Amino acid sequence: MATTIKINGVDRTVDVDGDTPLLWVLRDVLGMTGTKFGCGMALCGACTVHVDGVAVRSCITPVDGIGTSAITTIEAIGATAAGAKIQAAWLDREVVQCGYCQSGQIMSASALLASNPRPTDSDIDDAMSGNICRCGTYVRIREAIKQAAQSNG
Amino acid sequence: MILDHIASQAAGPGRSSSTNVLSRRKLLQAGAAAGGGLLLSLSLPFSNGEAETADADGFAPNAFIRIEGDGRIVLTMPYVEMGQGTYTSIPMLIAEELEVDLKQVQVEHAPPNEKLYGNPLLGGLQATGNSNAVRAAWQPLRQAGAIARTMLVSAAAKRWNVDPASCRAQSGEVRHAPTGRRIGYGALAADAARMPVPESVVLKRPVDFKLIGTPAKRLDAPAKVNGTAVYGIDVRPPGVKIATLAQSPVFGGRVKSVDDAAAKAVKGVRQIVRLDDAVAVVADHMGAAKKGLAALVIEWDAGPHAKLNTNEIVRELEKATLDSGAVAQSIGNTDTAMANAVTKVEAIYQVPFLAHATLEPMNCTVHVRKDGCEVWVGSQVMARAQAAAATTAGLPLDKVVVHNHLIGGGFGRRLEIDGVVRAVEIAKHVDGPVKVVWTREEDIQHDMYRPYFFDRISAGLDDKGMPVAWNHRFAGSSVIARWAPPLFNNGLDPDTTEGAIDLVYALPNMHVEYVRVEPPGIPTAFWRSVGPSHNVFVTESFMDELAAAAKQDAVAYRLALLDKTPRAKAVLALAAEKAGWGRPLPERVGRGVSLQFAFASYMAQVAEVEVSKDGTVRVRRVVCAVDCGTVVNPDTVQAQIQSAIMFGITAALHGEITLKDGRVEQTNFDSYQILRMNEAPAVEVHIVQSPESPGGMGEAGTSAIIPAVANAIFAATGKRVRKLPIDATALKQPA
Repeated sequence: MATTIKINGVDRTVDVDGDTPLLWVLRDVLGMTGTKFGCGMALCGACTVHVDGVAVRSCITPVDGIGTSAITTIEAIGATAAGAKIQAAWLDREVVQCGYCQSGQIMSASALLASNPRPTDSDIDDAMSGNICRCGTYVRIREAIKQAAQSNG
Repeated sequence: MILDHIASQAAGPGRSSSTNVLSRRKLLQAGAAAGGGLLLSLSLPFSNGEAETADADGFAPNAFIRIEGDGRIVLTMPYVEMGQGTYTSIPMLIAEELEVDLKQVQVEHAPPNEKLYGNPLLGGLQATGNSNAVRAAWQPLRQAGAIARTMLVSAAAKRWNVDPASCRAQSGEVRHAPTGRRIGYGALAADAARMPVPESVVLKRPVDFKLIGTPAKRLDAPAKVNGTAVYGIDVRPPGVKIATLAQSPVFGGRVKSVDDAAAKAVKGVRQIVRLDDAVAVVADHMGAAKKGLAALVIEWDAGPHAKLNTNEIVRELEKATLDSGAVAQSIGNTDTAMANAVTKVEAIYQVPFLAHATLEPMNCTVHVRKDGCEVWVGSQVMARAQAAAATTAGLPLDKVVVHNHLIGGGFGRRLEIDGVVRAVEIAKHVDGPVKVVWTREEDIQHDMYRPYFFDRISAGLDDKGMPVAWNHRFAGSSVIARWAPPLFNNGLDPDTTEGAIDLVYALPNMHVEYVRVEPPGIPTAFWRSVGPSHNVFVTESFMDELAAAAKQDAVAYRLALLDKTPRAKAVLALAAEKAGWGRPLPERVGRGVSLQFAFASYMAQVAEVEVSKDGTVRVRRVVCAVDCGTVVNPDTVQAQIQSAIMFGITAALHGEITLKDGRVEQTNFDSYQILRMNEAPAVEVHIVQSPESPGGMGEAGTSAIIPAVANAIFAATGKRVRKLPIDATALKQPA
């Protein structure tokens, strides 16, 4: 069944079963490999994308449920105000290590910052605890989110 | 041209021993690079493979520095980047002596070739592990940078017909201050290749370092924040199919029968590959492959381990500790001292099997053709990956090309090549390239695990409560014995015992034995160290028990045993001071301390832990003091310690792999939990300035945090943790 979805502002038509998770459409069908596979059960957050600005786990999001919603991935998050601030803070605070989870971390953090310009520690815990970092970069993720928030002026 | 004598005249304290070794060996060759420019070939010291790999002159290079006509400096090095910052810290060593910006040094990953790129500290194997990239490269890469600089200066001096001493290298060019002339390295590279290699070079004094010791930005970070970094799992050779697999749920089992009718009917499924002990579904995308896998009906012959449970393995280990083992260290007369001791303390400790759970699941992409094989993978052992692919594909080594990629977490998992073998087995049945991706469940249930260890430990105390006898015997798997057999000798290997022997404390009578027991039905492997991750938990928890038995403060008790190890004493005192050791804390909150010498670094940690009424443990704050010798990139040291602490807390609070009926019971991040943001403590790292050679940093923080947390729980609740992971139900506040 051909399905058309809007990804990073562009309509893309794919011919897969409707229950195929968005993650595999992005990675394997469209070749957008910035979004990562970690668990397949929404337990780790590596596959996080935005659907209409909301952080969503693409590994459990069937492609036929997206409809006309706008999907944003790591490849385009830098074009949003919050995404650009988060990416800049990530580089400034030297957050990444192996880096594999960081696409998902950045997507969760940008969604947080876009909806909450001044997140508290508790807000950060709530928004980010669904994203596992096996390298344990949590200390710096927290600092980077706070730094990005400060640049909100 | 071969250089067989370099007198490093700038050796500071602690550097003399390596300098002596270097001076007797041929270790550097300089000449013209193909296509012009200057090429330096280096042989890193201590290579076990030297005898068989060296050429007629006894020279076996394993790292290369090329200075090209356009001024680019390219380092080909054998270490891989898996998050530990190696691609940044290693180029700093060359850039420092060569007087160039870090940005000017490009890193090229070495292709698989054990003869050229073997790691001198890992028995000459081409491997990145044991926290030793900076340790192995520290002296030779700085010397190479200094030699290249000297030759570039000579070339400029000759061109200008001036005394080399009147020239100076700075910012990628040679300058002649009296006449104001300057010329870039690129323009000098070809001439420099014809200059004599200096007999000796003077390395910079630490006080003159411009890069080493200064935080440097990671060179790999930008691509990792915008989604363009390519990990093994991201490769997409033209026409690639995606496969996922089910392997025998019991190790050693076989496929009995497969009904694949429903799987084949799934849209996008192309092929089912049946192997002896696994079935793979090949599809257009992973969604279809997973759906196909779920639709397979597989009957397994579970094999000899069908009834194996963890407790049987533990019973065997326990039994093994009743007999004597290989003596890892024996000082004084422990039996006599124990017999004469005023007080005796005894304990049994246990640590579980652990999975790596790298966030990038296991994967490997392979294209097998009649006349060759191509492999795309992120591996800590490139040459082994190539050899395994060749053997499995039935091809000569030179017909196998391996492309290495960024690694989404190593921690030892990618020191193994089981995934490469499996992917090639599947790819042999597939026409065209196939990317084999493990589901998270397969990744966790078919890992190779940090071994289970069972420890008996006892000590005798004198009338003042100080230890006069220390007796420790433990049983478990030796990963080294399988992975690098030549390093396993007389029942011992250097990894399994690290952290149990050569303790920092003055113990007049000490006896340590190791009993090698390989568990049936579960493979074992390195796991962000093996030895210290187990031994430091045991020895530092037990040291805490001794302090408690002596009714003394845990820090003061340790300090009294450290007169002969001032670096250990200094980090302990620093960590205690910065943590506010001794300051009052609320009820059910405690501080615990640990101290270790491991991976050639000294480290002390103080953990502040809160135990709620229901027994839930929360680590609130960790203070770490480290003396890892000369620090190359302080930001990386801090980052690695923060990282290792989270890794260790995960193990302490959550980590456990168990077998039931031969099957690993844990499957995904719900049953094998990883520390999350809401559980992550604040971490403070204090680095002791030191002129000593660099110590390893990637793993030390993991082993140190586990006993610090366990000791803090004792301080908070009076309950001693002797078995990991920590059992919250045992820590419930009595009603």
